[in-house]
Amino acid sequence: MQRILSILQGVRPEFDFTTSQDFIGDGMLDSLDIVMLVSDLDKAYGISISGMDIVPEYFQNIASIQTLLHKYGIE
Amino acid sequence: MNLIFSNRKISGILTVVPANERSFVDEMSNFNFPERRSLKLKEVMGYDKHRLVDGPVCVSDLTIFGLEYLFANRLLDRDEFDALIVVTQSPDYIMPATSSVIQGRLGLKQDMFCLDINQGCAGFLIGLMQGFLLLDQPSIQRVVLVNADVLSRKVSTKDRNSYPLVGDGASITILERTDDATPIYMNLKMDGTRRDVLRIPAGGMRLPSSPETAVMAEDADGNLRSLDNLVMDGSAVFNFVQVEVPPMIDDLLQTAGKKMDDVDMFLFHQPNRFMLEKLADKMGVPYEKMPANIVEHYGNSSGVTIPLAIAHNLRHRVVGESINACLAGFGVGLTWASMLMRIGPMRFCEMITF
Repeated sequence: MQRILSILQGVRPEFDFTTSQDFIGDGMLDSLDIVMLVSDLDKAYGISISGMDIVPEYFQNIASIQTLLHKYGIE
Repeated sequence: MNLIFSNRKISGILTVVPANERSFVDEMSNFNFPERRSLKLKEVMGYDKHRLVDGPVCVSDLTIFGLEYLFANRLLDRDEFDALIVVTQSPDYIMPATSSVIQGRLGLKQDMFCLDINQGCAGFLIGLMQGFLLLDQPSIQRVVLVNADVLSRKVSTKDRNSYPLVGDGASITILERTDDATPIYMNLKMDGTRRDVLRIPAGGMRLPSSPETAVMAEDADGNLRSLDNLVMDGSAVFNFVQVEVPPMIDDLLQTAGKKMDDVDMFLFHQPNRFMLEKLADKMGVPYEKMPANIVEHYGNSSGVTIPLAIAHNLRHRVVGESINACLAGFGVGLTWASMLMRIGPMRFCEMITF
């Protein structure tokens, strides 16, 4: 979780991502931020998140990002 | 829809790019976006340079410049083509057709079929399809296919979703019959229910341009644009491409009885590097077989990007030899199309500057 938080803060350092359960609805991530986040997650974990998984449902909060990473074998 | 052609070839490609080169870094301050995030966007999407027309340059200007170059260098005889197809979303006029404008300005023969097609990022494929069909007619020996757009003139300079990636340009592709009967396979789909994800709201009969449609308004992401400007739902377009394109390519290869490894190059429309690399990963295609470097050098010039990708990356190869190419275009409409064909050896494949 700490690693994901660190990556999120690298994308938008002005926000505290521990305080929200809806990053997109709360205006903390927009569509281009998600692209940048995916690029950083790919690099950090040595994976390639499928374009079909780049949907808002996987980027709403820390838990949903963890769910996404689980799909790629990241615990 | 599956289509099949044979005894058709591309005998030459000329691309025309504007001399006016702009830099993303120089334009970052136009966007309502912190510099740090813009630089990150540049790295991920591949934004760097883009070529834009300078002033009121039209599609016919770029095309005539290119055709006159071909005539002057004896790469095309002005009397030896019988159809002129212009694929564009930024015509000189609502009427007449830009193909007729070009025919008239160049004084081309009257025994010619001029046709405009309103298509964008799949426009090279749609143009090839139409050109190959016209070559069924014995009286049509050679088709000139033009893909050209000056869409920078319709994109707000304060729209970071679209302006950093837009490019202008033209390509002229010569289509002819050949004795080589190797099949050319094509797959084409369209979905007009999703037409609103890429559009220019005003300027047609539904909503004519007016002082009201020129008023700039800010969207939820801080982009400023008017109803006269191009607007793109980037997330919807990204999702559309990732969902629809890989199965389309699978279908195409299956129909042709080919495997991914049988394809030498995947020459896809060039929206941005991130989208193409995600497609390559999904399809299991090595990056070196799928060029993704056109946006960073020229911008996304809609239907011109596939000919640009060929001219920028493969110009010597396609003149000297024949390659198995998988072409794919996807965009406005929505439209997605792919084609499996041998490309080369061509008589010419060049790029010139307007």
